[in-house]
Amino acid sequence: MNSTFIKKIFYGDIPEEKGSENFQPKTNETLWPLWEVFIRSKQGLDHKHVGSLHATDAKMAIENARDVYTRRMEGVSIWVVESKNIHASNPDDAASMYDPANDKVYRHPTFYNLPDEVKHM
Amino acid sequence: MPVQQLEKIFDDKLEKEIRIEPRDWMPDNYRKNLIRMIGQHAHSEIVGMLPEGEWITRAPSLRRKATLLAKVQDEAGHGLYLYAAAETMGISREEMNDQLLTGKAKYSSIFNYPTLTWADIGAIGWLVDGAAIMNQVPLCRTSYGPYARAMIRVCKEESFHQRQGFEILLTLCRGSKEQKEMAQDALNRWWWPSLMMFGPNDDNSPHTAQSMKWKIKRFTNDELRQKFVDICTDQAKVLGLTIPDPDLKWNEEKKQYDFGKINWDEFWNVVNGNGPCNKERIAARIKAHEDGKWVREAAEAYASKKKNVKAA
Repeated sequence: MNSTFIKKIFYGDIPEEKGSENFQPKTNETLWPLWEVFIRSKQGLDHKHVGSLHATDAKMAIENARDVYTRRMEGVSIWVVESKNIHASNPDDAASMYDPANDKVYRHPTFYNLPDEVKHM
Repeated sequence: MPVQQLEKIFDDKLEKEIRIEPRDWMPDNYRKNLIRMIGQHAHSEIVGMLPEGEWITRAPSLRRKATLLAKVQDEAGHGLYLYAAAETMGISREEMNDQLLTGKAKYSSIFNYPTLTWADIGAIGWLVDGAAIMNQVPLCRTSYGPYARAMIRVCKEESFHQRQGFEILLTLCRGSKEQKEMAQDALNRWWWPSLMMFGPNDDNSPHTAQSMKWKIKRFTNDELRQKFVDICTDQAKVLGLTIPDPDLKWNEEKKQYDFGKINWDEFWNVVNGNGPCNKERIAARIKAHEDGKWVREAAEAYASKKKNVKAA
């Protein structure tokens, strides 16, 4: 983070100089693993990604997810997955990745012309 | 791919209102600007717990205590959603925490004012949360996906905050003469700092244009501030309170309220660390961080012990 930062921020423009002297940053503290949180909002629906959090283990991740993401009965089931275990497609490859699906309009029902008399199809 | 081409893809996405996601290419300044903005927003939620937290033990009834506790707990949650959103841009949680505790990162200057009476809790809910909502609702459509999603969650929860504040003031205003005076006194002290929450006037805010171009911001500071004044002026009438601004009057031509000049010297003074509670707020955060050290260490020790047992 350097001083060439654009100064516009959400609550207003705030300068960067001005620091407090009585706190020494400790960057050597261990970083807790990051977990992705998925919540099933009710039986019958899929688990959906809702966000992430840090925790030392899966049990703590689930308990923290409950406190952070289900304070208003938003869920009946929680999955947590350590973020490092998630493999993702590369957005830069999107063009070639999804290319095979791009020219096959006949996979959609609207591709087929049927007379109006045909009902319930 | 050359940068020009990546920039074009990025600009096209903005143009078509397609959200930018963490793994997409984005200009460095877009990333830096958002890290600052989201980090600052997160810090504001966390420091924002302090002025209200002081009143949890002194709330006048069990109902008020339960709702204030729930509200403060929500602020902690909002801070976490936002830190998590900022982390998707490549900054660590620890780094952001360090920036807050060393004073390198800022938070909303409004939280550097003290909460002197119970009515202040009402005024904070009504005005401070009201101004925050005014800022946050357009941010639900901000161009960076994780930030927008966090804001949707925040806004859903925030509306109870404003209503609980207004209800506190309404109860005081319908109570004894002293109670109503207490409510008026709180409005007198919180009104102007609340207007400052929207940031400097547009002509003193040279980066608004860039933020608007990137579709991070959807409205300018002055547009949002005007909307806030119009709404609150009518709500104050319901309370029977007087907004402490002799220049506040309806402008029939513009169909909006004209209002007095904001004391920007005061704003900058508080921002620069000279507000009534700046030192106290950061000291409280440092204490919380240091007092929590043994808990973090214990959790780490426990996790690694369990891992070793499993491995053996």
